[in-house]
Amino acid sequence: MTRMAATRDGYGQALLDLADNPKVVVLEADLGKSTKSLHFRKAHPERTVSCGIGEQNMLLVGAGMAASGYIPFASTFAIFTERAFEQMRNGVARPNLAVHLCGSHGGTHTGTDGSSAQSIEDLAVFRTLPNVTVLHPCDDVSTRILTMRLADTKSPSYMRTARNKTPVLYDDVDPESIQIGKGIELRDGHDVAIIACGVLVSESLKAADMLKQEGIEASVIDMHTLKPLDGQLVDQMVERCGAIVTAEDHNVIGGLGSAVAEHLVANKFAPVEMVGVPDRFGESGQADEMLDVMELSAKYIVEAAKQAISRK
Amino acid sequence: MSKSIAELEEMARKCRVEIVKMVHRAQAGHPGGSLSEIDLISALYATRMRVRPNQPDWEDRDRFILSKGHASPGMYAVLAEMGFISHEDLKSYRVLGGVCQGHVDMKWCPGVDFSAGSLGMGLSFGMGCATAARLDSSERRAFVMIGDGEMQEGSVWEAAMAAAHHELGNLKVILDRNRIQNDDFCEEQMRMFDISAKWKAFGWNVKEIDGHDMTQVMEGLDFLEAPENCNGPSILIAHTIKGAGISYMENNPSFHGAAPNDEQFHQAMVELGEAEA
Repeated sequence: MTRMAATRDGYGQALLDLADNPKVVVLEADLGKSTKSLHFRKAHPERTVSCGIGEQNMLLVGAGMAASGYIPFASTFAIFTERAFEQMRNGVARPNLAVHLCGSHGGTHTGTDGSSAQSIEDLAVFRTLPNVTVLHPCDDVSTRILTMRLADTKSPSYMRTARNKTPVLYDDVDPESIQIGKGIELRDGHDVAIIACGVLVSESLKAADMLKQEGIEASVIDMHTLKPLDGQLVDQMVERCGAIVTAEDHNVIGGLGSAVAEHLVANKFAPVEMVGVPDRFGESGQADEMLDVMELSAKYIVEAAKQAISRK
Repeated sequence: MSKSIAELEEMARKCRVEIVKMVHRAQAGHPGGSLSEIDLISALYATRMRVRPNQPDWEDRDRFILSKGHASPGMYAVLAEMGFISHEDLKSYRVLGGVCQGHVDMKWCPGVDFSAGSLGMGLSFGMGCATAARLDSSERRAFVMIGDGEMQEGSVWEAAMAAAHHELGNLKVILDRNRIQNDDFCEEQMRMFDISAKWKAFGWNVKEIDGHDMTQVMEGLDFLEAPENCNGPSILIAHTIKGAGISYMENNPSFHGAAPNDEQFHQAMVELGEAEA
């Protein structure tokens, strides 16, 4: 039986694991219970700064602390990180201060809270900022490992985590195989490569199983780092498969699909089909319902794979 | 760090000369707010800031955050007076590759602690510096200068509320209340009502002074440092005149962000005692 877990729990665990470093501090905007920074707050209240419901202030308190030698991890819902975009741009990214921003409850998978809570543009907007690493891991194990690695970087980051549970893929893998900026090859097929992030990685594995039944062998990549993109791995997929599908719970504009396409057009080329939110807002629904409503679930990935192959 | 009132006034006069020179040379920039703030920043750096000009990144230095970062000529002039940068560096104001970027930038200029340029951000950054100092059990302080028009940014009040909640006694704000913003007088753009009452209501220690009377400026800085005012954040509301010291710029919204022409430049030098009429 596959273990199920939410990536936000991996984030919360990582903060606790990082607490041995006295320079690690946690910033909250009244959503620590949801983003899972609350575990750190309970264990280390003296190193947790409550910023109230004030995301703009939180980002720059983080910048001031980073400029004073601390390693701030600030979190709120993904959608509310966008409210502080210009603070991230001008106050964090521009002076290259290593503030690590986590947006939980990202994507339409967030579910019944409805469209106001379903960030579908966070990856796109933060990807446009120089100096900022952008991550969207797919399970709690990789989220924990990647969060811990962020503490050793000297530049800011944005990581999206998800509210709801998804299958855990990395319980038994060597942690060294999970590195910022390195995609992970989960399946090795030669007909089409599915490059996915976040909650759609497990959907992509399902899609690969469905394709196999039809005699189509798909590679599946967990591209947990959108920036810097693992272009070398994308090139390998182009050479091996000659057809690419991208899959993300995010607007098709600006996210992983765009990042892969930007790389492809300037390097080795192959047809790309993008599975993502079709440039519209969501609604209230269960996580699995939303994947179908927004045309993101495995069957849509299968269709996209066939389409990509037909364009070879 | 003892300086006489006369010495501080002379430092501010020299800085005014540099401000006008910088803006005239660049034919761009923000003279009005630089001239309104300059008595305050001169006194702050010359008598209060615990900094090492020959070691600008000294970790335990006091921080100064010019949140109204467009008023950079004022800060650059003071940094040159203090020896963080040279007077020659002032010629790089708004010039490609220069340490004196259009808005103060910590990545470009020694002695600058915050990359400003977008209003409403410095107080939050200062709160972060003050929080870090407390965690370090350090005596260092964070001084933040904000503008009055800047208070229209909502994030200023997020920070004001948070700093008081956390009782950050090492966070000290100076408000340059020059009554003019980019487009017009503040009173026309967005009325401020009782500024002192607003900050008091947010839980801050508040004092009002004339920001061009050097004796009052020193009393105001004493207030910010007084032990009885270190129970929480404090703000000095300094009533100033935009363009102070240059007759045709004073209280004139046109000189928020405009450079003097050659004739006006000469007149300014005469008024500052640098040239014959």
